[in-house]
Amino acid sequence: MEPRLSHESGGEKGDISRRECLTIVGSVAGGLVAGLPAISATSDGASSSVTTNLRINGQAHRFELDARVTLLDLLREKLDLTGTKKGCDHGQCGACTVLVNGRRINSCLSLAASHDGDEITTVEGLARGGQLHPVQAAFIEHDGFQCGYCTPGQLCSAVALLSEARKGDASWVTADVRRTEPVELSDEEIRERMSGNICRCGAYPGIVQAVRMASRLGQGSAG
Amino acid sequence: MNPFDFQRAGDALGAVHAISGDAKFLAGGTNLIDLMKNGVERPRKLIDINRVALAAIEPLPGGGLRIGALARNSDTANHPLVRQKYPLLSKAILAGASPQLRNLATNGGNLMQRTRCPYFMNIEFAHCNKRIPGSGCDALHGFQRMHAIFGASEQCIAVHPSDMCVALAALDAVIRVQSPRGERTIAMADFHRLPGETPQLDTNLKPDELITAIDLPPSPYAAHCDYIKVRDRASYEFALVSAAVGLDVEGGTIRGARISLGGVAHRPWRAERAEQAVLGKRPAVELFETAGRAAVEGARPYPGNAFKVHLAQRAVVRALSAAGGVA
Repeated sequence: MEPRLSHESGGEKGDISRRECLTIVGSVAGGLVAGLPAISATSDGASSSVTTNLRINGQAHRFELDARVTLLDLLREKLDLTGTKKGCDHGQCGACTVLVNGRRINSCLSLAASHDGDEITTVEGLARGGQLHPVQAAFIEHDGFQCGYCTPGQLCSAVALLSEARKGDASWVTADVRRTEPVELSDEEIRERMSGNICRCGAYPGIVQAVRMASRLGQGSAG
Repeated sequence: MNPFDFQRAGDALGAVHAISGDAKFLAGGTNLIDLMKNGVERPRKLIDINRVALAAIEPLPGGGLRIGALARNSDTANHPLVRQKYPLLSKAILAGASPQLRNLATNGGNLMQRTRCPYFMNIEFAHCNKRIPGSGCDALHGFQRMHAIFGASEQCIAVHPSDMCVALAALDAVIRVQSPRGERTIAMADFHRLPGETPQLDTNLKPDELITAIDLPPSPYAAHCDYIKVRDRASYEFALVSAAVGLDVEGGTIRGARISLGGVAHRPWRAERAEQAVLGKRPAVELFETAGRAAVEGARPYPGNAFKVHLAQRAVVRALSAAGGVA
């Protein structure tokens, strides 16, 4: 998959006019004279090109990125990992949820360049050796979806939820935040902890059941 | 998104030396990247501070707690010392956003987040003094459900959207900042500004200052505190009104009180008259109803948000009742 990356970033550069190109070169030289860190190289016409190393679903990648590229767009557009979905693109729906170093985040609000050295797990990385992750299996068993668009985000979110609950992380509905033992996942806890993932089909009852079942199996470790 | 220069900072000094007028620090990005996508923020340069070592949460000599500016909201809310000594802060943080967003968002970023006023967030609206100084305020004659009832001006009626900051105001937090000139501290009460004639300025932070930590003094409120958040859906929504309350109760008498409101002003709004009203008294519903009325004295609602006066009053009564154990 990797070689395609430099191609694509070359394609982007191809859109820049010759005049802009010259400006960029001038700016880089100016930057070096001023003793600025070598990482920045830009002008009015383009963002910095940033070297970024990521491990994605267990595989190492090195990118030269336009600094504006979000983690979501990198996954979908540069790696064809289209399981991660673009819903609202503003952190309001959770369709873009992925795991970064085992923690769930909204990949639409995160620049890929700010994740240098991070380990990313997408929905494509949840299954092991052709066997579905227990959370995936539970979603199927309990009809945790209808159209399926929000499902990859729901799955990544649910996987992280289970590890958070095991660690004893509190939520808004936790009765006493001072108690730090592992959390018993009531339906109310599951609903609150999944509230960052919107399902416009309204498959919430099935989603709650699936998460409850996965939590009782005591499985669903992140990544 | 506009093109920008991107630099990774290795430490706080490097970061503040790299900042300039049209540059921004990038931490979690949950607000800044969103505003850049909307075209509201158009920085020429981002200084990525995510690898700067400012994420520690450590006890201070004398019983306080120092919370790193780059500690994530989720790590702060779930830190054992925060949960045990400052449960009000944990509750307030957990009331905001979603787990995914709290995993990205930092404490410094929470202090720096900008208003969710739709007339500010959407550049299609021509009049926003916060976005374009001198252009006017569409909210004055617009949809005002999410707007201020305290401390607004003819220039701006926006509110600060944070939950965390409401608790920080109640807990008398102190903000530590670094600039090329050195370090200084800013009391939470002096950190955010009222809009006045300059609504484009949210805070008293100088352009080349970086928040490094939030210091919490020892708190007598851990045993008797509550955070109430009233919103248009049960979760993952900004507050119409919120109330952070801490009571220092000894021998059945209230020796100290902190009451802070969210969603009602351009900054967390301390209800000092309500705090005074309960001092030296025993927790009781009637007392807390008096305090609730005191908390909204001087409120100046707009046609679209008059309901928030009563809502804030009731939120204060509920939070005091829960904190005081008379609910």
